[in-house]
Formats: sequence, C-alpha cells, structure tokens
Amino acid sequence: MAQPSITGPIVSLRNVSKTFENGTLALSGFNFNVREGEFVSLLGPSGCGKSTALRVLASLADPSEGTVDWAGNAAQLGFVFQEPTLMPWASVADNVRLPLKLAHAGEARSKAAVAQVLARVGLTEFAQSYPRELSGGMKMRVSIARALATEPQLLLMDEPFAALDEITRFRLNNDLLKVWQELRRTVVFVTHSVFESVYLSQRIVVMTPRPGRVFAEIEVSAPYPREDRYRMSPEYAGYCRQVADALAAAMEGAP
Amino acid sequence: MNARLLSIALPVIVLAATVLAWDLVVRIFDIPPFVLPAPGLVVTTLVTDFALLMQSLLVTLTITFEGFVLAAVGGILLAVVFNQWRLIEHAFYPYAVILQVTPVVAIAPLLLVYLPQSLAILACAWIVAFFPVLANTTLGLNSVDHNLLALFELYKASRWQVLWQLKLPAALPQILTGLRIAGGLSLIGAVVAEIAAGSAGAGSGLAYRIVESGYRLNIPRMFAALLLLSLAGIAIFFALSALSNFLLGRWHESAAERER
Repeated sequence: MAQPSITGPIVSLRNVSKTFENGTLALSGFNFNVREGEFVSLLGPSGCGKSTALRVLASLADPSEGTVDWAGNAAQLGFVFQEPTLMPWASVADNVRLPLKLAHAGEARSKAAVAQVLARVGLTEFAQSYPRELSGGMKMRVSIARALATEPQLLLMDEPFAALDEITRFRLNNDLLKVWQELRRTVVFVTHSVFESVYLSQRIVVMTPRPGRVFAEIEVSAPYPREDRYRMSPEYAGYCRQVADALAAAMEGAP
Repeated sequence: MNARLLSIALPVIVLAATVLAWDLVVRIFDIPPFVLPAPGLVVTTLVTDFALLMQSLLVTLTITFEGFVLAAVGGILLAVVFNQWRLIEHAFYPYAVILQVTPVVAIAPLLLVYLPQSLAILACAWIVAFFPVLANTTLGLNSVDHNLLALFELYKASRWQVLWQLKLPAALPQILTGLRIAGGLSLIGAVVAEIAAGSAGAGSGLAYRIVESGYRLNIPRMFAALLLLSLAGIAIFFALSALSNFLLGRWHESAAERER
C-alpha cells in the first residue's frame, strides 16, 4: 500500500475495527494514512468514530482488529482534547511543562521550552495564572502549548475548538495555521465542521457514521497562508460545497 | 450593609439573645443551680475550676489530635493502597465499612477490656475518624479526569508519577473534606470512649469530668466542661477550614471568591 506521494505515510491505520464493550461498533475496516508534514482532517457527524480513530492512532485505545503501522519508530505525539483538560491546581506554566516533567527533562531546558511555546500561543504574561482565571479560548491555547512543548512530530487534535464561540474559533484557526506553517509538524485534526475542515486542511477524510469508514478523500489545494479573506473566497465556497455534498452522501449511505 | 458583616453580626445577636433569655428564665423562675445554672455561674465556674478543666481539656485534645493524625495518615494511605491494588480493595473495603457502621459506643467497652485505657480511647477516636478520610480520598482518587489520565498515559508516565502528580493533587479537595469531617469526629470518638471508660478511668479528660460532675450534681461544672468541648470542636473546625483554604488557594472553586 505504498503512497504515490513523495513523502510516504509516517503512520497508517490498516483495516482497523473497534468494537466497544457495550457492543457499539465504532470503526470498521478503517484505512487511513498520515503523510509527513500534512494537515489532514477527519470529518464526520458526531458518533462516527473519528475520535476513536484518533485515540487508536495515539495508542490510547486498542483496535479490535487491524493494525497501526509506523514508518520507523512511533512518533513523538502531542494530543489536544475536546476540553482543555488542564490541571486546575497547576499554573499555566506548570501545565505546559507537564510533558517535559514526565519525561524528566532538565529544569533549564524545560523552562526555556515552556517560555518559547507560551510566547508562540501568545500567553507569556499569563504564565503564572491558574486555569480557572482564564477564558475558554485561552485555556485551549494553554492546551495547545502543552501539546507543542515536547516538539512532537505529530499533533493530534480532537475537535479542540468545538466548544468555543465563532470569533474565538476563527482566531484560533488562524493561530493554529500559523504555528503549523512555522513548525511544519504533521497535524491530524478531527472536526464535525465542514467550514473548519476546508479552512484548515490540505486533505479531508470524510467518514460514514456508525460504523466509521472512509467515504471520500478530498484534497484542498488552496495555497497557504490562508487568512480571513480566504473564508470569503469563491474557491473556499466551492470546496465547502464539495465537502458538504460528500458528507451528505456519506450520511445517506448510513442505515 | 455588606453580607460579610451581616454573616458575623447575626449569629452574635442570636447568641446574645439566647444567653439573655437563659439568664432571665433562671432568675424569673428561681431555678436552683443544680437544675439549671445561670450563664454567669457557668462562666464563674469556668474561672474557678480553670486549672482542673484546662488539664482535662489538654488530655482530651491530645487524644483527639493523636486520633486525628492516625486517621488522616491511615485513611489516606489505605485509600492509596486500595487505589493501586484493586484486589486489596475488594478484600478489605467491606470491613472498613463494617468498622464504620458499627456504633463506636458499642465497641468502646470491648476495646477497654482488651487495651490499656489510654490506648482504647485512642483506638475509638481513630475508628470513628478514619472512615471519612478513607471514603473521601477513595472518591477523589477515582474521579480523576479521564482525559488527564489519557494524557499521562500518552506521555508514558509511570504509576508513581500518575499517583503523585495527578491523582493525589486531583483528590486534594476531597481529602480535605474528609479531614474536616474527621477532625470533628475524632473529638466525638475521644469523648465517647472517655464516657464509656467512666469512673473506672484514671484518665481525666473533659468528658470524664462531665460524667464525674454529673454524679456529684455539680451541674455548673458540667456546663463549663461542655462549653470547653464545644469551643474545642469549633477551633478544630476553623483550623481545618483554614488549612483547606490555604492549600486549595487559587485553584479550586470552593476556595475562590466569586466576583460580580
């Protein structure tokens, strides 16, 4: 199953099925390649198994069938959950430092890394604040900063902006793209929003609901940097229509 | 009028009114002190018997404190052990519950048979106080955010890192709730055991003073001792609340001021 693209997949889910203990079949025969450096979205209605696919990719869930194949060693991962998932008892800086601390990184090195990554998400002056003192958008920034702290090759994001208001979501979309372009990490982004997926991704994988399968793959070849102007462009609208049609077809095919 | 001032002023007014009514009732109906002493007499007794009562208070407080510390350490340790080794939890948790639901008044005489008196009283204080610590800590350790657990797993945290850096801090609010309950209960445990030891007791805690004063119809001293016990309970409660506020500080909703 060699990819025709120049950069081969860094990780592949092959024929993955996942049945939960209560009998729910979340994924069935799911095939998915992640190519190095790309921004790819998994798009589907809620409950279509896209979060499960992400957790299988992160080894946080074991597939019932099929395999997760890494090209070489399993990559260093960053994971951003749907909620900010911060430790309320720790300051912003300590939350971001957590992955480094768990890896027993040196004090000086991790301090520098935390300062750098906080600057990247624009939270330098909130380093000593506590999560409860922050707004929803800022908490999500902290969560992203934490995921970036270990400089992961692969960043997995599970509907990170779903709970935010539109203004905040648009800003975080832009900031995320900026970070992605600067760092050139690979991002797998789970979302149920057609518009968000078209705005962010190079490639969109549309999934069928229950059980989750790949229904269609759509390349979005609009160039980066994409900014707010792109949201208003006919090109963007065209892609949205194409993806929305695919999603509707995927839903229809469902029982 | 701000709410803070009211919350202090109102209870004080109620207290003053109650004491005044008590005093009036004693005067108007001319009630003898061996039935109901006037509040003034209780205070006078507190002053005249100060040395004796203080000594007793010290005895009771020492036992309460020892019982509390043992309950805190034992309860938290046991909860951690239960949390780390599920088999041990399944094997022993029912007995921890049984120990708790059996009324301590009923166990106290038996303990007094088998243990030296001071140790029996301490054991009573411990039995009553340790369960809330165990139960609350267990609850706290088990209700850690699943995504945070997943995050620790993702970064390949060791079992001890998960315990020290995630589970124990996450359980801190519940642990402190357990400790606050245990503080009051260890005083109750000590008092119950002292009363059960009764006149056989050479130990002279405050509860023993109350029983003894009862036999002697020294009702004013009973009241004075009761007042001291009550004050001790209040002091314990406030000390533990202060500890809780200090530790939860900025991060927990329960400790933070709500602005509007």
